[in-house]
Amino acid sequence: MTPIVLAVTECLCLAIAAPAVVGYVRWLKARLQGRRGADFLQPYRDLRKTFAKGMIIADTTSWIFHLTPCVVVASTVAAAALVPVISASQPGDQLGDLFALMALLILGTIFLALGGLDPGTAFGGMGSSREMTVAALTEPTLAIAILSLALTAGSTSLGTITNTLLTTPANAIGPGHALALAAFLIAMLAETGRLPVDNPATHLELTMIHEAMILEYSGPYLALLEWAAALKLTLLLTLASNLFVPWGIATSLSAGALALGLAAVLAKLALLATLLAVLETRVAKLRLFRVPELLAVSFTLALLAATSSFFTR
Amino acid sequence: MSEAALATALTACAAGAVLAMVWPSGAGARRLSLASACAGCSAALVAAITVLQGSLSWTWRSEALLQPLGGVSLRVDPLGAFFLLIVAVTGAPASLYALGYLRHLDGQVRGRAVHALFNVFLAGMCVVPLADNVATFLFAWEVMALSSYLLVVSDPEQEGAAAAGLWYAVMTHAGFLALLAAFVLLGQGGPLEFPAMRAGAATLPPASQGVVVLLLLAAFGSKAGLVPLHVWLPRAHPAAPSHVSALMSGAMVKLGVYGTIRVLFDLMPPLSPWWGGAVLALGVATALTGVLYSVAEPHLKRVLAYSTVENIGLIFVGLGFALLMRAYGNGVLAAMGLVVALLHTLNHAVFKTLLFLAAGAVIHGARTSSLEGLGGLIKRMPHTAVLCLVGVLALAAVPPLNGFTSEWLTFQLLVAGARYTEPALAIVLPLALAAVALVAGLAAVSAVRLFGIAFLALPRTDSARDAHEAPAIMRAAMLLPAAGCIVLGLIPTLAVAQLTAVVSDLGLPMGQLDTGFALVLPLVGSQLWPIAIAALLGAGAVVAAAVAQTSRGPVRTDTTWNCGRIAQSPRQEYTAAAFAEPLKRVFTGFYRPTHEVSLDVHPVSPYFVRGITLRADFAPWMEQTLYTPLIRAARWVSGQAGRLQTGSIHLYLAFLPGALLVLLLIARWIR
Repeated sequence: MTPIVLAVTECLCLAIAAPAVVGYVRWLKARLQGRRGADFLQPYRDLRKTFAKGMIIADTTSWIFHLTPCVVVASTVAAAALVPVISASQPGDQLGDLFALMALLILGTIFLALGGLDPGTAFGGMGSSREMTVAALTEPTLAIAILSLALTAGSTSLGTITNTLLTTPANAIGPGHALALAAFLIAMLAETGRLPVDNPATHLELTMIHEAMILEYSGPYLALLEWAAALKLTLLLTLASNLFVPWGIATSLSAGALALGLAAVLAKLALLATLLAVLETRVAKLRLFRVPELLAVSFTLALLAATSSFFTR
Repeated sequence: MSEAALATALTACAAGAVLAMVWPSGAGARRLSLASACAGCSAALVAAITVLQGSLSWTWRSEALLQPLGGVSLRVDPLGAFFLLIVAVTGAPASLYALGYLRHLDGQVRGRAVHALFNVFLAGMCVVPLADNVATFLFAWEVMALSSYLLVVSDPEQEGAAAAGLWYAVMTHAGFLALLAAFVLLGQGGPLEFPAMRAGAATLPPASQGVVVLLLLAAFGSKAGLVPLHVWLPRAHPAAPSHVSALMSGAMVKLGVYGTIRVLFDLMPPLSPWWGGAVLALGVATALTGVLYSVAEPHLKRVLAYSTVENIGLIFVGLGFALLMRAYGNGVLAAMGLVVALLHTLNHAVFKTLLFLAAGAVIHGARTSSLEGLGGLIKRMPHTAVLCLVGVLALAAVPPLNGFTSEWLTFQLLVAGARYTEPALAIVLPLALAAVALVAGLAAVSAVRLFGIAFLALPRTDSARDAHEAPAIMRAAMLLPAAGCIVLGLIPTLAVAQLTAVVSDLGLPMGQLDTGFALVLPLVGSQLWPIAIAALLGAGAVVAAAVAQTSRGPVRTDTTWNCGRIAQSPRQEYTAAAFAEPLKRVFTGFYRPTHEVSLDVHPVSPYFVRGITLRADFAPWMEQTLYTPLIRAARWVSGQAGRLQTGSIHLYLAFLPGALLVLLLIARWIR
């Protein structure tokens, strides 16, 4: 029973911490750009304010518009339930594996795109079309990155991958591991709509992807969608840390191990979020039609990772 | 029990065909013949389930029927029963649907013919998977092909039906010839009974083994829609009435899959790994071609037809994998590949039936079949919209619907295979996995485009604005496959348990796959528990909805934010073509788009543009490179042959003894 309680707690922790991760990235970006920036708690204030506001529902919409925020939240939370956070004991493995996680994220993307099409505006359609294109082109990279993890771990379940890496750390030394991590991180940037694929800080019509889809949303629905987007970013960052660099994660349920696990995951998240902020400060957004080239690079890395892990095993 | 059920099924179809022709009133003929088709499907379902549950097999033989060809012989085994099940689960909703869908044909001779042919088509498809000798197989195959051809060309008002029918007839008969040749070679001069062929296949010389496999792949591939033999599919499916399209896409093309499995896994011994690799590559090419066209196609039913091509490709990926593993002697992985292919066959049959029926309801209700003319149907056709949403989500392979479970298993299959220590597989299977993942992603794009453009936003034409909901019987018929999508998605072990019987009957060892409600794969150490995922999703959605309700803010409905324009019109919406535009640019080498821009300028000056016309299309390069030369050659040959037709009766009489002489010489040579 304890692992399940722990898993639910982990999922809740991710959900609660998600806006802070986004807030930290924004704060650091502001500092790097020479601005003072709001502190990392600002997204919580924004969410509270948005949540309390009224909603204007476009008169052209249908029930899909109302269903979308609920499904997006549900699919992101379900995906978060599969991710090992503090402890490597993984009751989530019984629900599904990395491929299931990928499919859950796609479910959210599909509903976001439907929600974008529902009001019938040009922006919504534009965002939906672009988001689906990027999502479809990211799939092969993610699949191959999963494969190269599975080749060494012998399984696609998240718990097994983490535990195998902990027991045989030699697996992490080969070139395959680093290549797969690089491929995964690029794919993650595309999945979560960060620079250089999409700019989360823009409302400039011609460059928006994610923001264009949720343009018609306001009030509590917007708050749910913003929060789900933050959760998606946090869960993918956690995934990258615990699948590729699992050290520090609790392998027993003692209080000391759990505290260490919490500290480790916070440190790894902070590191990745810092990297993200630095990257977003350094690079410019790519033209939409250059994005496939970036994804092709990441695909090649993943394929090299998969084949090299075959030759080195 | 299964004998009686099967006899009932065939009798019901025969009765349905007769009743459609002879019943005095048109409405009565429709009701009776379609009700008996539905009863026939239910009986076939009972027969199939009885055989699968009990792992039975029985044979039935009659020398009197088809006497000159060697008699009819039937053998019901789990593999045949599984495909009988697919025909039944597709046929039952299709016949119910037709009760409402074809009401406008009452009193016309065409209506009677369509109902009768529908019954004949069903009966032919029921017999194909049960045939135990070549004569029965080819007879049923041809009954199925001819009746479906007549159904494709049955609507004289349908634009391009005749051309579509011609493509279909030529492809299916070329396939028939290849099939005949393959069976004759496989029979090696002995009796053309499947048991004898199974026993003799091991002694087939390798060279003719290769020829047989090639011929069979061409024959069954042309039925199933393997690239490059898929060209008839996107033509014939839109031309046929929607319940027939559902049956063709859900069941008929699957019998091509059946034939491939029957011959390659049952009749023939394990082949060299090259064949497995070739089938896998064909599957990948088919899936990619199908999905890329399905993303860009503007015609509603053609989107679905191309998506059928895509799914046939995924099924053949599973089959190719199983062939590879069988060649390497890994029976457990081969069995898993076959199970995945068969599960996807069933899942696709269920959701594609639903989608074609929904497409029929849309075309029926909105009187237009182009996505560019639809829109906003969710308000005019609310029930159809919900049912269609279930279908497109299954098509997009997202949890918790049935498309997802077979997709997930395909991924697991390729991962398990890539761990196999064979250098060639280490390169081939990761690439196949990447391709399958890309196909899954693009299928999601196609699904969003199909539903989003047709059902959401504002109607793009007057006919879409005045669309009406489908009659109750049609909605009830669509409810059946929709429920199937959900049940098979939540409890995939229901179907997997049946497949265990099929695979072990083919002599492949079945590893543990099903435990209760979760799919557990000890081989790759991963597991999927769809019910729990669905519960989690449901709980999450309910909580999110409840949280949104607690907000105190006022909710009001108002016009869409409009950037300062005066009113929102459907012209501002994203179109189906625009939606696919980014992908068209990314895959421009595949699509080879053609653009034709013409400017209408004012006579005073070329700078006053009055209108711009853009025609954008794709170059059909597969047809151009492969079929155009063939068609030209056929034209030339028939032109030359036309010279024989001089009109001189003396010459014609001279041809007769000449032909006789040639035949006698051939007969002597064969002896």
